[in-house]
Amino acid sequence: MEKFEKLSGIAAPMPLVNIDTDMIIPKVFLKSIERTGFGKNLFDEMRYNRDGTEIEDFVLNQPAYREAQILVAGDNFGCGSSREHAPWAIADFGIKAVISTSFADIFFNNCFKNGILPIVLPQEVVDVLMQDAEKGANARMEVDLEAQTVTTSDGEIFSFEVDAFKKHCLLEGLDDIALSLEKVSAIDAFEASASTARPWV
Amino acid sequence: MSPKTLYDKIWDAHVAHEADDGTCLLYIDRHLVHEVTSPQAFEGLRMTGRKVRAPEKTIAVPDHNVPTTLDRANAATMTEESRIQVEALDKNAKEFGVHYYPVSDVRQGIVHIVGPEQGWTLPGMTVVCGDSHTATHGAFGALAHGIGTSEVEHVLATQTLIQKKSKNMKVEITGKLNPGVTAKDITLAVIGETGTAGGTGYVIEYCGEAIRDLSMEGRMTVCNMAIEGGARAGLIAPDQTTYDYVKGRPHAPKAGQWENALEWWKTLYTDEDAVFDKTITLKGEDIQPVVTWGTSPEDVLPITGYVPNPDDFTGGKVEAVKRSLEYMGLTPGQKLTDIEIDTVFIGSCTNGRIEDFRAVAEVVKGKKIKEGMRAMIVPGSGLVRAQAEEEGLADIFKEAGFEWRLAGCSMCLAMNPDQLSEGERCAATSNRNFEGRQGYKGRTHLVSPAMAAAAAITGHLTDIREMM
Repeated sequence: MEKFEKLSGIAAPMPLVNIDTDMIIPKVFLKSIERTGFGKNLFDEMRYNRDGTEIEDFVLNQPAYREAQILVAGDNFGCGSSREHAPWAIADFGIKAVISTSFADIFFNNCFKNGILPIVLPQEVVDVLMQDAEKGANARMEVDLEAQTVTTSDGEIFSFEVDAFKKHCLLEGLDDIALSLEKVSAIDAFEASASTARPWV
Repeated sequence: MSPKTLYDKIWDAHVAHEADDGTCLLYIDRHLVHEVTSPQAFEGLRMTGRKVRAPEKTIAVPDHNVPTTLDRANAATMTEESRIQVEALDKNAKEFGVHYYPVSDVRQGIVHIVGPEQGWTLPGMTVVCGDSHTATHGAFGALAHGIGTSEVEHVLATQTLIQKKSKNMKVEITGKLNPGVTAKDITLAVIGETGTAGGTGYVIEYCGEAIRDLSMEGRMTVCNMAIEGGARAGLIAPDQTTYDYVKGRPHAPKAGQWENALEWWKTLYTDEDAVFDKTITLKGEDIQPVVTWGTSPEDVLPITGYVPNPDDFTGGKVEAVKRSLEYMGLTPGQKLTDIEIDTVFIGSCTNGRIEDFRAVAEVVKGKKIKEGMRAMIVPGSGLVRAQAEEEGLADIFKEAGFEWRLAGCSMCLAMNPDQLSEGERCAATSNRNFEGRQGYKGRTHLVSPAMAAAAAITGHLTDIREMM
């Protein structure tokens, strides 16, 4: 996984609440057996007409936001299916951070596995960031994971919380399977004792 | 010892390693795998030269893509991409040596129906799958939740998951349910109460008399939709109903081990003084047959209700409701029972079990579906199908005009050819009414099997109590 570097980029506003993973990447695109190539179909049904032409007023089709690297979204972003194709599509499009008041659990975890930082902030802060994002291409937002801050284009700084272990993995771009395999003796020991205690498992 | 919840007990019994910051390696007893979220994980193992650590605890079955038409043995019924995905699972299952139920096997079906049916799912286990509806298995008092593909790879390689503990939430349904009210109505009513993010950060334990009174099938329906309320998992403490369901299944503990297993299972309940971080109580008798009107599972109302007005809501939900009503083609104030339906889908991991089909048969026996209606019944597994045929249910369905299909996820997520067309409106027993979920611009109303059956007959959303 790539290291999560300090980010300075355009933020796209998507105030809609409950943006689900079917919206992020519709199921017709889940048939690939690869991890890449999903970015062009990110938000497919909101972004394109049936004939493949772009829906002009969709935020990521607007000239200001075509290169967005940050998404500011409504409550409960990423609800629904566990499909990791959703963060794959977001990352493939070039978005590296998503800001909302809340995220669905599985989506939230999936982001960290793919170099995407989901940032949870209170409603009043998300409101400020949403307004900042609505300013378009001239308003660049900054996300500093090391310092755990988001800075608006006006220089207003907001701190956010992030799990220390997840932060470490993102900053260093770590493969967490390799990390877990370092603890293989603990897994072996657990397995041995569990198979004695619950041999039917 | 301090009192523990059921979740605490299962969690504590599975921590293989705990770091100073509380990050744990949680040992996984059962890993269920399907074709859509696993190919990249197996490929990851191949690229890093890793093996599946516990193939004997890994069970794979294709379900999302597979056609449900009777001619599906003919490969031409699948699109090229679907075929590649199913073939990838065939190949990966063989190469990595995991248990496998191919499409041709009578035991094939939706992964969350096959697991319990075969006795893979047992009380007190940890169960994961690259599918959000893994919550279903919580009905057995197993800690079960969905994971992403990277986590699938992690479990394949290490048989553990990196986890931090969730908070405890209690959802109590007291008293008895009224006639016509089912497990599906309970679970939808709870989401209507909590909202789709109300359970975020929690594991829910469902309890109370109305939950105790449910069969295993009903309990699975309730837990299945815990994820729709945002919870990591839903749990129901095991009891005699659970033991009776499990006993004798192919992978249940055999004689000799059964008594030991039972002894442990009987310790799996929430201690009297255990503390929950959040509690919600609904009276069973207050729950009515419900239906969703919007594009989020929290958009729930009793069938006697009216389409709401966006102005009835606050915050971001106002815009969301406007968008939903436009998508759904509904007008505020419209009576829910006036909404006309052209498609009925009965099946899915939420309601594709034998008891669901018995409920449908009871409603449609001797009747005909409305002219022009497309109505489809898709069993959750080949064994459910066989049992429904043996009980004569399939004949009742066919005589009423339903299509009687082979097992799979089908129109719940419409990855196979079973899809809604633009503007079609479906009463569905599945779990999500998201935009485009059942097909591009398709419209979904989530209901119980009996309510779906009633709609198939009348051609509009119908209060099942009026047909009883």
